[in-house]
Amino acid sequence: MTPWLIALRAILHREALRFTGQRGRFVAALVRPLVWLVVFAAGFRAALGLSITPPYQTYITYETYILPGLLGMICLFNGMQSSLSLVYDREMGSMRLLLTAPLPRWWLLLCKLLAGTLVSVLQCLVFLGIAAVWGVRFPVMGVLAVLPALLLTGLMLGALGLMLSSIIRQLENFAGVMNFVIFPMFFLSSALYPLWKMREGSPVLATLCGLNPFTHAVELIRFSLHLQPALPALGWVLLATLAFGAAALRGYDPARGMQGKTLKGG
Amino acid sequence: MRLLLAALMTSAALPAMAGEIWVTNEKDDTVSVIDVETLEVVKTYPTGERPRGITFSKDFSRVYICASDSNTVQVMDPNTGEILHDLPSGEDPEQFVLAPDDRHLYIANEDDAVTTVVDTQSRTVVAQINVGIEPEGMAVSPDGKVAITTSETTNMAHWIDTSTQSLFANTLVDARPRHAEFTADGAALWVSSEIGGTITVFETKGQTETGKVRFAIPGVNQDLIQPVGFRFSPDGTRAFVALGPANHVAVVNTATYEVEKYILVGRRVWHMEYSPDKTRLFTTNGVSGDVTVIDVASLEPVKSIKVGRFPWGAAMRP
Repeated sequence: MTPWLIALRAILHREALRFTGQRGRFVAALVRPLVWLVVFAAGFRAALGLSITPPYQTYITYETYILPGLLGMICLFNGMQSSLSLVYDREMGSMRLLLTAPLPRWWLLLCKLLAGTLVSVLQCLVFLGIAAVWGVRFPVMGVLAVLPALLLTGLMLGALGLMLSSIIRQLENFAGVMNFVIFPMFFLSSALYPLWKMREGSPVLATLCGLNPFTHAVELIRFSLHLQPALPALGWVLLATLAFGAAALRGYDPARGMQGKTLKGG
Repeated sequence: MRLLLAALMTSAALPAMAGEIWVTNEKDDTVSVIDVETLEVVKTYPTGERPRGITFSKDFSRVYICASDSNTVQVMDPNTGEILHDLPSGEDPEQFVLAPDDRHLYIANEDDAVTTVVDTQSRTVVAQINVGIEPEGMAVSPDGKVAITTSETTNMAHWIDTSTQSLFANTLVDARPRHAEFTADGAALWVSSEIGGTITVFETKGQTETGKVRFAIPGVNQDLIQPVGFRFSPDGTRAFVALGPANHVAVVNTATYEVEKYILVGRRVWHMEYSPDKTRLFTTNGVSGDVTVIDVASLEPVKSIKVGRFPWGAAMRP
């Protein structure tokens, strides 16, 4: 086995250990979208059923509409949590050890990203199963078709998390990330409401939603789940993944990185 | 697992089938012709004012259209869309039914409180029968011996003996009866009541009430649940009931009168029609101006097709 694969296996193994050791985290990650699906969607049941937007071909329930958004939510929270755990790793020293491995830094970071993303995808699959039992309809083949979209979304959000982790010194800053990154990203997207509806309320907010890479990730998941192509969304997500990945790499480059100029304190 | 299978079935490619669904557009004064295979509108023909009821002759060589505001029933050649001639229909014809003899049309004249019987061959009025105020729903028994008119304001189903063209019974139903249908064996009559929010079931033989179907959709105000048009499934075990502004079609078990499922369709669903092979049901959604296609086996909506403004009636041509 080449050193590259050894590193990949080791990082995946570490993530798997962390994953099996924290079953509570796995369950908790599912509870959040479940509350939205079961409680929030029940309250807003009548909010849709007024228009038909692609990829849907007929009227749908609100539960059906928000399912892709909730899958995105799982990837968002998980990606952030996984990447920001690097802040903790850095504090504990294991991160420094990892980065001293005689391998390119981008490969180590990519391995870390992949490991976190695989956990997200697994959680998404479990959530899809629960949603199907709850009565949300989607094509069975969509479960396969959505896998690459989930993987790409996980990588994009993980890369964003990595980028943020490179400029955050202490884990206590996670609350700030929640308020300034996760919530705006989630609410300024098409996860909970279609953009045409947002446009009726505020064209400015609708434009911001259109620029939000998370919107495109959600649409990519939505179209894939319903077995339809979404090339513009795919392009946006790929571009954002590359941009966040490059910024993260730069952030973790000791010569040029942002670590020297990091934000201090909580 | 059953749900997953149902989801799979709805996503499956649509099987090749021939046929057309003709839909009257109340506000556009047109009929839209939907291709059953491609699920797209392939033709639109102009009609008289406010077309509502629509039905084909047995050999599908003629299509009869109630042009309510033109006070006539139009006879159209379905191959060309040309109006061949009008039939004397009485004032404001809304719904009608073609008798099993393929010759006599029983027409509800909403403004005149009469049911007009028209001979489509001689193009003459055979009889006019006084019924309750604002007659609307029309049905004829499979043997052709009994015709039914429901009157919206009198809240009754009027039973007409077709041999004498006279009433022989009147039965009370809940408020604003809109539509009536006999079961395939003719043993029972179902009448939907829009304001009452129910369907009343009668035994044809003695005209006695034998059951009541009630509806309740979680999260939908009871006032909005207004049953109008309905159709029985080919095997007679289910009835599909359009619930008007509740935007759902109810699937009713005809043995227990219990609702098995509510299917989400467009806004203000009026009437419905089967594809020729009876595997799909097409519902006309008045306010949203579209037709929702329901897969009969999985009871799932497959697609909604934009038609004209305020689609109302629907009829099938193979």
